[in-house]
Amino acid sequence: MFELGKAFEAIYNWLGSLFTRWGIPQFWLDLLSMFLVFAAVLAFITLSALFLVWWERKVSAHMQVRLGPMRTGWHGWRQSIIDAIKLIMKEDIIPAKVDKAVFVIAPIVVFVSALMVYVCIPFGKGMIIKDLNIGILYILAITTFTVVGLLMAGWGSNNKYSLLGGLRSAAQIISYEVPLTLSVLGVVLITQSLSMVKIVTAQTHVWQWYIFRQPVGFLVYLTAAIAEVNRTPFDIPEAEQELVAGYNTEYSGMKFAMFFFAEYTNLVAISAVVTTLFLGGWNGPWLPSWIWFLIKTFFVILVVMWFRWTYPRLRVDQLMGFAWKFLLPLAFLNLILTAAFA
Amino acid sequence: MFQDYAYVGFFCLIGVIFVLFVFFLSRLVRPHHPTPDKLESYECGELPVGSAWVQYNVRYYLYALIFVIFDVEIVFLFPWAVVYRSLGFFAFLEMIIFLAILIFGLIYVWKKGALKWV
Repeated sequence: MFELGKAFEAIYNWLGSLFTRWGIPQFWLDLLSMFLVFAAVLAFITLSALFLVWWERKVSAHMQVRLGPMRTGWHGWRQSIIDAIKLIMKEDIIPAKVDKAVFVIAPIVVFVSALMVYVCIPFGKGMIIKDLNIGILYILAITTFTVVGLLMAGWGSNNKYSLLGGLRSAAQIISYEVPLTLSVLGVVLITQSLSMVKIVTAQTHVWQWYIFRQPVGFLVYLTAAIAEVNRTPFDIPEAEQELVAGYNTEYSGMKFAMFFFAEYTNLVAISAVVTTLFLGGWNGPWLPSWIWFLIKTFFVILVVMWFRWTYPRLRVDQLMGFAWKFLLPLAFLNLILTAAFA
Repeated sequence: MFQDYAYVGFFCLIGVIFVLFVFFLSRLVRPHHPTPDKLESYECGELPVGSAWVQYNVRYYLYALIFVIFDVEIVFLFPWAVVYRSLGFFAFLEMIIFLAILIFGLIYVWKKGALKWV
């Protein structure tokens, strides 16, 4: 049974023995191992984003009885790598009328806030950057920070489509944040802890998975999370037919790529959180824990993509009404019932 | 405890450095030929009419206000949820009252028409 967490431990111990032989203080070992872990997580995010760009195109193509990219390598597997190289080599146009500082900082804010979620994601047994004792609360707080970046992009672009897209994103994300937070409370109530690792270890067996004890909470969370990352049935902010591309209309080259990258980073993040909170996280028989985590996470991503090609887009008033008039009362009811029977 | 958040801070820093590095990398290889036409704001191929920095619908502020109220109240629920089992029935009753006030607020906002998107 190959546990990746054990491999990290072994590397840490090996580096530790090297460092003591050379007489370098413990502090540098900790710093170096921290950077190595960060690099591993960044590599994971980059690879999964590249994979997801390709996968999304393949899934959508096959759902519409097309083939999708086929020319570059076996079933077009090199497509997203080539796309990434192309985006790096694209001219970066900063229109004359934009607020330059805000315009340039916005993609950084959006990407970094998407990235910070991964501090608290348990990838496998003993594979978490830092198990903060307020884990899930931290994740909820950080994901909402994306709103600031989107508003900056919308306002800084000095373009009407961008402004409307940015405002709509902000309104949508904060509206869906409320039922999202409430649905997480049900899980916290049963676990009696906010730590992500404790939530996973509370779901060791399949019948303990919170999807069975919190089915309503699961549905509310999944729906609200899809809305949080602006994916289709809820992709009003970038509705191509009315807003060109929403908040990233004026972006080109690598800055546009960063928004795209952040979108997929967020998608992986919410799927990982769904896996952790409701699908038992890394728990599973026979296979190593990190493989179970990956299987479940990518299954959730597949379901989210499936939604995209199944449901039509909601209108903006339906979208807000759905959050406040349906999901929020449902989440309240779920919380009260959970509290009554916990 | 405090050291835990050093990780968060460092990770943020690494993220920023990563993005800046990628921007720098692309600066080395990309072309750069700005012309006045190219730097025009996009508006369906027409010349843009006026600035986009205008007053917009007050409804967005309304939603933001409702959000702030609800989210702050929900943050109060987190400590309650963590220690719920050890507090017993009294905590349940207390929270029912708290939630009732929240739900009453929701009904009030709903009836006032603040949730209607025009």
